[in-house]
Amino acid sequence: MPSTGEALAITIPYRLLGHPTDLAGHVAAVGANPLPPAGASGWGEGFVSMLEASGLLGRGGAGFPAAVKLAVAHAAGPGGTVLVNAMEGEPASDKDKLLLIRSPHLVLDGAQLLAAASGARRVTVCVPDGRQHVASAVWRALRERVSGGCAPVPEIVVRPPDRFIAGEESALVRWVQSGESLPSFRPDKGTPLHIGRRSALVHNAETLAHVAMIARTGPDAFRSHGLVEDPGTSLVTLSGAVEQPGVVEIERGVPLIDIANRAFPDGPPQALLVGGYGGAWVGPAHFTTAYSSLALRAIGATAGVGIVIVLGRSACGLMESAHITRYLASQSAGQCGPCVYGLPAIADDLTRLARGQADPGLLARLQRRLGEVEGRGACRHPDGTVNLVRSALHVFAADVSAHANGEPCAHWSRPSQLRIPDTARLA
Amino acid sequence: MNSTAFWYATRASGLMALILLTLTMVLGLTTTTRARARNWPGFAQQELHRRISMMAVVFVGIHVLTSVLDTYVNISWAAIVIPFTSEYGRLWVGVGAIALDLMIAVFVSSLLRNRMRPATWRALHWLAYLSWPIALAHTFGMGTDAGEAWVIALGTACVVAVGVALAWRIRRSIRQTSARTIHAAIAVVPPKHLALTSRGRTEGGGPRA
Amino acid sequence: MTTFRILIDPVACDAYGYCAELLPESVTLDEWGYPIVDGSPLPVELVAAAKRAARDCPRRAITVRERTSGR
Repeated sequence: MPSTGEALAITIPYRLLGHPTDLAGHVAAVGANPLPPAGASGWGEGFVSMLEASGLLGRGGAGFPAAVKLAVAHAAGPGGTVLVNAMEGEPASDKDKLLLIRSPHLVLDGAQLLAAASGARRVTVCVPDGRQHVASAVWRALRERVSGGCAPVPEIVVRPPDRFIAGEESALVRWVQSGESLPSFRPDKGTPLHIGRRSALVHNAETLAHVAMIARTGPDAFRSHGLVEDPGTSLVTLSGAVEQPGVVEIERGVPLIDIANRAFPDGPPQALLVGGYGGAWVGPAHFTTAYSSLALRAIGATAGVGIVIVLGRSACGLMESAHITRYLASQSAGQCGPCVYGLPAIADDLTRLARGQADPGLLARLQRRLGEVEGRGACRHPDGTVNLVRSALHVFAADVSAHANGEPCAHWSRPSQLRIPDTARLA
Repeated sequence: MNSTAFWYATRASGLMALILLTLTMVLGLTTTTRARARNWPGFAQQELHRRISMMAVVFVGIHVLTSVLDTYVNISWAAIVIPFTSEYGRLWVGVGAIALDLMIAVFVSSLLRNRMRPATWRALHWLAYLSWPIALAHTFGMGTDAGEAWVIALGTACVVAVGVALAWRIRRSIRQTSARTIHAAIAVVPPKHLALTSRGRTEGGGPRA
Repeated sequence: MTTFRILIDPVACDAYGYCAELLPESVTLDEWGYPIVDGSPLPVELVAAAKRAARDCPRRAITVRERTSGR
């Protein structure tokens, strides 16, 4: 078990992207995967402690401590599955696709390490149906690993449906188990997931890449970046009114506007959408907020799945939010009444507001519905939507008054600056 | 008890059971969701449905018991649950046995409701839809009082009651599904996406239709 | 001290509304007929009604959760 004192023969800068893609190059650049020797007892507990020391939080949106999840799976006994969650349901996110295409071996090494630590007997990589280029890259990597002897635990690829909530943990596990991509109602947080009677350890692809790097460079190298309470680096997908959209690797705790500037915005942003479509808008007053769970939560936002979208000046924040909300409403799993009926109703209200066609009771009705829908679904989908809408009403408050009075801004009918699938745009 | 008394008891309890089963069916078919759309307490209707079904079971029990105990005709204990094995009235007693078997399945499934998956319970409960017409056929097939005008009137009333309740239920089902599809279309949900979930949601809430 | 709380499984719930009829003090319905509970402990006198609502729910969507705290 590498500790910070004993140096690995390799001193590598801590980063997830920029390593060679093929197996031989990967091993030459960052070293072989530090898996335990056969029959090593107690290695699992040691690995949990190391992850705990690193302070790694999940990069799939929930921000749950990776060490805790591993400890639960370890305690549940051997024979389970490690699931690589590369579903990336947020349309504006590209980091997981990129990781699997550019650094698949890091991600898979991380999965093998967690499998060794938890006694899992299978690694299942989840790539949505339709993303052939990602799936091909993963298959190529798997073949290399089999020939190269890097997969002591068998690795397979599965293709769940390409829907927003298909990457939700419990929906993913349920799909693997029974073919239905539906979230489960889990009132007791932290109850472990199962496939059959064995534990299912689900981790975002980026989190696994971090695990692989931390195992090589040690927890302190990870902690040398970022903040004490939110250490390490993160991948963020930048898009919107920018010249160079793409994925960047940043340190946790960096100011939001610095992240946005890496993509060269077309002009001073009107607002930033942080965390994805289930995230929140941030106004200019908070552009210098640190990109960390704590700091973002204090302003009603979350880091989410690593997305920052720049809203340009010549755009209507309310109409863009209406597009997003209609999309989110269409992505409901269809199980819970408040989500199935509430989200379309909220989307409807927001669209009318954005078009300047609000009736006098709209704002009050919208606020009531937001309060009623929140927290009443089986998963966090309605909550994310509610948070997005609330942040829009707050950040674009001036627009809200104008639009509510039937005087919408000039921009509401422009084409959207955002990537929104389906036909959710009406303007 | 002499044979004639048993015979009257069998016929009377049988007709009573048919009436109670019909009432049970009607109360079950007209169950509604959405409290605001109805003017009576739904939970009370459900309790009534349950209690009347239990009364029906009692009367079926009396009907079956007296028919076996009646020495005038030979119906063995086995014949009341194994169809078409009765010495007397092989066909129509057999039909009655089928109805009884289905009723037992429905009854037992409700007793063990908490131990099975909801979908399993619901499937078993729908056997009731099958048992009622079979019980009706048994009533008129046995023929004992089937020629009497008041019995024919009774049978007709039962058929009409269940028929109306069923038609009402089907119409409501269709309206709720289409209301939901229209409502969802406002949010630009392609209907095929709704089909991605395996649970049907034809019952349930919805906007004020 | 033992507290009782109502927990509603939103996946199972099909808006029958019996719970709101039996427990109007603790359960209200939203505009689509689905129950809203605030998750706070039930007053002692309502626990029996809550258990009845749990038993009567056609979808078995309600559970009454018991939690004992204290030494």
